Amino acid sequence: MLTIKNLQAKIGEKQILNGINLEVKPGEVHAIMGPNGSGKSTLASVLAGREEYEVTGGEVSFEGKDLLEMAPEDRAREGVFLAFQYPVEIPGVSTINFMKTAVNQIREYRGQPTLDAVSFLGVMKEKMKLVEIDQALLNRALNEGFSGGEKKRNEIFQMAMLEPKLAVLDETDSGLDIDALKIVSNGVNKLRNKSNAVIVVTHYQRLLDYIVPDFVHVLYKGKIVKSGTKELALELEAKGYDWIKEEVSVL
Amino acid sequence: MSATVTDNNTTSELAALLDKQLVATAVDAALRKEAAIAFRTAGLPAAKAEEYRFTPVTRILEKQFTLSQPTPAGQASRINDYTLAGLEADTLVFINGVFSPADSSIQKTTDLTILPLQEALVSHTALVLKHLGQYADTAADAFTAWNTAAWTNGLFVHVPDNKIIERPIILYHLHDTSEGQVVTATRNLIVVGRNAEVTILEKYDSAGASPSFSNQVTEAVVAENAGLNLYSIQHDAGQRHQVGMTRIQQANYSRVNTFTFTLNGKLVRNNLQLVLDGEGIESHMYGLYLLTGDTLADNHTVVDHRKPNSFSNELYKGVMDGNARGVFNGKIYVRPQAQKTNAFQANRNILLSPTATVNTKPQLEIWADDVKCSHGCTSGQLDEEALFYLRARGIDKLSAQAMMLYAFAGEVLTNVKNPVVKEYLDNLISQRLHKNF
Repeated sequence: MLTIKNLQAKIGEKQILNGINLEVKPGEVHAIMGPNGSGKSTLASVLAGREEYEVTGGEVSFEGKDLLEMAPEDRAREGVFLAFQYPVEIPGVSTINFMKTAVNQIREYRGQPTLDAVSFLGVMKEKMKLVEIDQALLNRALNEGFSGGEKKRNEIFQMAMLEPKLAVLDETDSGLDIDALKIVSNGVNKLRNKSNAVIVVTHYQRLLDYIVPDFVHVLYKGKIVKSGTKELALELEAKGYDWIKEEVSVL
Repeated sequence: MSATVTDNNTTSELAALLDKQLVATAVDAALRKEAAIAFRTAGLPAAKAEEYRFTPVTRILEKQFTLSQPTPAGQASRINDYTLAGLEADTLVFINGVFSPADSSIQKTTDLTILPLQEALVSHTALVLKHLGQYADTAADAFTAWNTAAWTNGLFVHVPDNKIIERPIILYHLHDTSEGQVVTATRNLIVVGRNAEVTILEKYDSAGASPSFSNQVTEAVVAENAGLNLYSIQHDAGQRHQVGMTRIQQANYSRVNTFTFTLNGKLVRNNLQLVLDGEGIESHMYGLYLLTGDTLADNHTVVDHRKPNSFSNELYKGVMDGNARGVFNGKIYVRPQAQKTNAFQANRNILLSPTATVNTKPQLEIWADDVKCSHGCTSGQLDEEALFYLRARGIDKLSAQAMMLYAFAGEVLTNVKNPVVKEYLDNLISQRLHKNF
C-alpha cells in the first residue's frame, strides 16, 4: 500500500529526515517511536503534504501512485488521512459543514454521487457513536474552545467520516487522560479492517496497549534505526532510548 | 491652507459651477447659498489633508472628470438587474441622480411619509427645513458643502411617533455611464419619531465604462426610544467613485444599527458619524469590505458620546486582494459628562496578496473618567495552518480559502436580521468568495 524509499526532507536549512525506508501493507498497524526531535512528526507531515517541508530525496508511493507529486487535498482524496498532533481551531467554520464539504469533494473525486443533507446526517450519526462525540460539539466552530480530548476525538471522528485507506496518527495520545485515550483507541480499532492500515506516531508506549501494532520502528536522527514487534515498544518503555542511541553511535 | 495650485483650480471651477446652479427661488435657497460659500472656503481636500491622506479624491476629480460636462439621463431599463428579488419593500429608484417614478413603487399608507426629497421640500416644507442641513456639517467637510449646495434629489422619510414600520424602504442608486461621465449629488433626510422604527437600505450599482462620481449625504434624526436600521450595499462596477456622509443624531434610548457593505467600485469613501446625544442609547456599526483589483475603500467613522450611560459597538472587517487598498479610521469621542459610556471598536483585515494594503487607525478621545472603551485593529494573512488542515481533509485550496473567508465575513453577516437581505448578501458574498475572489 505504502512504500517509502530513502526519504529525505528538510525544513528551512535544517535536514530532518535522512533516508527513511518503510513498507506498509493493508491490514497492518505500524508504530513509529523515537526520542523528541527524531523526525516522527516530520514524517507524518511530509506524508500529508505540509508545504513547509521540502523533500530533498527519495520516493513515496501510495497504491502505485507517486504521493509526493500530489497536492494535500488529492492525497486525502486518494485515502491518506493525518490525525493532527495539534488540531487547528477555525472560528466560524462548524465541523459539520466542513465535513460535509470534505466528504462530498472526496466522493466527487472518486466518481461517487455526493451525499444530500439527510444521508450525510445519517452517516454522521453513525460515526459519532464510534468516537462517543456529541453533536452539539460538531455544531460548534471547528475545535474552537475544545478540550484536548475533544479535539483528538474530533480527529478520529473525521477519520471515521472519511474512511481512509491509510491513517497516520501523529501523537494522538499526547495530552489525553486514560479515559479519553481509551475512547480514541477504541474508535481507531473499530475502524480497522483488512484493507486499511494505520501508522501510529507516538512518544509513549501507553497508546500501544490499546492500538496493538504489528511492527514497531524506532526513529532516531531522521532514520529508522531499529524495527521489531510490539515487544520492542515495551523494551523502550522499560529502558528508555539511551541504549538505542548507544547502539547507533557504535555503528 | 496647503492646497496646491491644481487643487485650487478644481475647487474654484466647482465653486463657480455651484454658484451658477443656485436658484434664488428654491425653498432651501438660503441653505444652498451658504453651503456654496462654505465649499469655496473649505476647498477640496489637498493632497496631504489628514482626513483624505490615503484617498486622493481631489486628484481623481481633477484628472478624470470634466465637472462642467452635463450628466446624461441613463437607461432606466437596466435597474432590474440590480434589485433584491423577493423583498417586499417600498422602493425608490434614482438613475444618474434623477428620481425615476416609473421604476419606483411606494405603497399608499398613512403610517408614514415616503417622498422624493424635492417633493417633500414643497409639501412638508417646515419639517424638512427644520432638519435639512442641521446635522451634516458643511464647514467640516467640502463634499458635504458641495452636496448641500447642489443636491438634486433623494429620499425623505418621516415615521410618526409610535409607528413600527416592518416593510423596508429601498433606494437603488444606479449610475449608467454608457453615454458618458456621470456626476451626481443625492440627499436623504430620515426623521424617525418617538418609539417608532424603520429599516432603510441603499444599494449602489453602476453600468457603463465611463467614470462616475457620486456625492451622497444622509441625515437621520432618531427620536427618543426609536429605532433605525440603515443598510448600504455598494456593489459598483470598475469606474464608480463615491464619497458619502451619513450623519445620525440619536436621542435618549434610541437604537441604531448601520451596515456598510463595500463589494466593489473604484474608490469608495464612507463617512459615518453617529452623535449619541442622549442616555441609554445603543448603536451598532457594522462594516464589511471585500476588495480586489485596484479598488480603494475608505471608512471614516465617528461615534460621539455626549451623554452618560450609552453603548456603542463598531465592527469593521475587510478582505483585500490584488492591489486593493483598505482604509479605516475610527474616532470615538467620550465627552466629559458622558460617564458610564461603553464604547467598543474593532477593525480586522485579511490581506490575500502581497500588493494589497490596509491603513487602519483608531482614534479615541476620552474626557470622562468612568467609562469602558476598547479598540483593536488587526491585519494579517489567512492562517496557513488552517488552510492546510482543511486541504488535508480533501478540500481544494480555493474552497478552503472561501470557507475561511466566509467564516471571517460571517461575524458581520450574522447581525443582518432581515432574512431576505441576509440571504441576498449571503449569496452575493459566497459567489464572490468561490470565484477567483
